[in-house]
Amino acid sequence: MAYATAMDALGDATRRQIMERLRGGPRPVGELAAELPVSRPAVSQHLRVLKEAGLVTERKDGTRRIYGVEPKAIADLRAYFDSFWEQALAGFRAAAESERRNT
Amino acid sequence: MSNTQAAIAPVHKTMVVACSPERAFEVFTRELGTWWPLGMYSIGGDRITEVVFEEHVGGRIFERHDDGGEGEWGRVLAWEPPARFVMTWYPGHDSSQATELEVRFAAEDDGTRVDLEHRGWEILAERAQEARSGYDAGWGDVLGHYTRLLTRV
Repeated sequence: MAYATAMDALGDATRRQIMERLRGGPRPVGELAAELPVSRPAVSQHLRVLKEAGLVTERKDGTRRIYGVEPKAIADLRAYFDSFWEQALAGFRAAAESERRNT
Repeated sequence: MSNTQAAIAPVHKTMVVACSPERAFEVFTRELGTWWPLGMYSIGGDRITEVVFEEHVGGRIFERHDDGGEGEWGRVLAWEPPARFVMTWYPGHDSSQATELEVRFAAEDDGTRVDLEHRGWEILAERAQEARSGYDAGWGDVLGHYTRLLTRV
């Protein structure tokens, strides 16, 4: 499932910081690195992981690479809840159809 | 990249349960903690002692933890027992990250038809691309939270 990969990728604090900094719109890697307490190669490596997880998109602007948030990741969250409700409602049915009296 | 987001379809679930709408409504709200898969979806996991559903518009839905802490899931937007309720949904996050949950209950044959709609996913995408300084609960935080949830399963 795509969401699981995305969530694994976001288990890292630096990658979460990168995602938060992309919330304002797409940005080049150098700009991101300037705001983070890690080296530029490290930021690039984190961006690569985020991209492979489907969380960010990359485009080239001359020699620069610009990274932005991939809205599809939101759709994956939705898909997660779709399957979650299936299971949760099975529990609801069992409880609603039980003979237990109101308290 | 464009800032416009295509609408993200709501999650719809429907089922018929063998009990009255009154009972179905009560189980879904007041007795939520008895059937909710807390191990699969919650903030506090095994630290939870109960789930409280305040039964009025503006009421809170939250977990109580064994250390006295709480974890809020959302607030009641519409409270119409036994026909329906609507609540915001933002477990562990700021209310600006809220999606919306509506559950409707209607008598059908000898039972009750339950229609669930979980909607408003666009807000997460909008927040993801919104430039707004001083706003801490970011998008990565939302997903990071789910990471913690899932790694517990």
